[in-house]
Amino acid sequence: MRYFYILLMCLLPAFAHAGQAKDIADDPVLEARMIKLAEKVRCLVCQSEPVSTSHSDWSNDVRAIMRDKMKAGATDQEIMDMLVERFGKSVLFDPPVDKETMPLWAAPFALLLIGGALLVYQLRKRRGLVAEAELSAQDAARAALLLDESASNQEKDTNA
Amino acid sequence: MMRFILPFLLFAILAGFLFKGLSNVNNNLEQGKDPREIASPLVDKAAPDFSLPLLHTPDKKFAPGELKGQVWLLNVWASWCGACKDEHPVLMELSKQNLLPIVGVDYKDKREDGEAVLSKVGDPYTLVIADADGKAFFNYGVYGVPESYLIDKQGIIRYKLTGAINAQNWSEKLLPLIKELQAK
Repeated sequence: MRYFYILLMCLLPAFAHAGQAKDIADDPVLEARMIKLAEKVRCLVCQSEPVSTSHSDWSNDVRAIMRDKMKAGATDQEIMDMLVERFGKSVLFDPPVDKETMPLWAAPFALLLIGGALLVYQLRKRRGLVAEAELSAQDAARAALLLDESASNQEKDTNA
Repeated sequence: MMRFILPFLLFAILAGFLFKGLSNVNNNLEQGKDPREIASPLVDKAAPDFSLPLLHTPDKKFAPGELKGQVWLLNVWASWCGACKDEHPVLMELSKQNLLPIVGVDYKDKREDGEAVLSKVGDPYTLVIADADGKAFFNYGVYGVPESYLIDKQGIIRYKLTGAINAQNWSEKLLPLIKELQAK
């Protein structure tokens, strides 16, 4: 009996189907257009999920309203404008570049610029440090002596 | 030495911000600092028009134009909404003060369920309207319940609160704004 239950449990994943949220679709062309548009709309109650795949109540409503508006002859742009008017630009996955979203779009480039400037500054500083290390005549003589010594040692090693 | 101090300082600043964002999430939520909250583009715009039946007397209708000349509060709730139960005692207290009309919107609810809740725990509303399918209040940008809108004498939305009204946001935000709008 226990094994029967275990086997029964094994069937559970079969019910965990995660697909496009289904709605009554009497017009497949319109439905496809609606889903395509809904992919660009953020589900506000689930975060990081588009309205097209969300099963939330709110997303169902949005899809129903999109469908109604499309049936009434609204263009995609009109529908998007209608949503932005009510919920703000944050419903769009791809927010437009404007005064409000400018910092968001500009920040990566600004950071890149700052990073690049810092890198150049550091490299310049390092080059200065390397150039400073010039050999005095005394040091050169000492270095020659050491090199000589190791050269003759090596000779001895190879002779041995 | 600077080589070690600078990264540490940067880390400390970052950690500070993260801590501030995550600590006391409930407190933040109550203060309306919910990270999920979105700024309503409807603030300072005319309240969208509608004509909806009253909850108790469905043959009568209410439209926002009827309250023109008054500052009023529009409170969206539902019998199925958990946070509305937390908000309810605050609304009861407010209705006793008789400061402004409070219009309740029974949102996406069955009439019987809405009426049952109000008769059980008390009705804080000047009047209650029913938006059974939620279509009318979609225009108000409702995406969670409870939500409240403060509407001025000219019928313009002046404030939107996503989440429950509580003692803190009432005394710090809503009440001063109501006084200011009523004085205009």
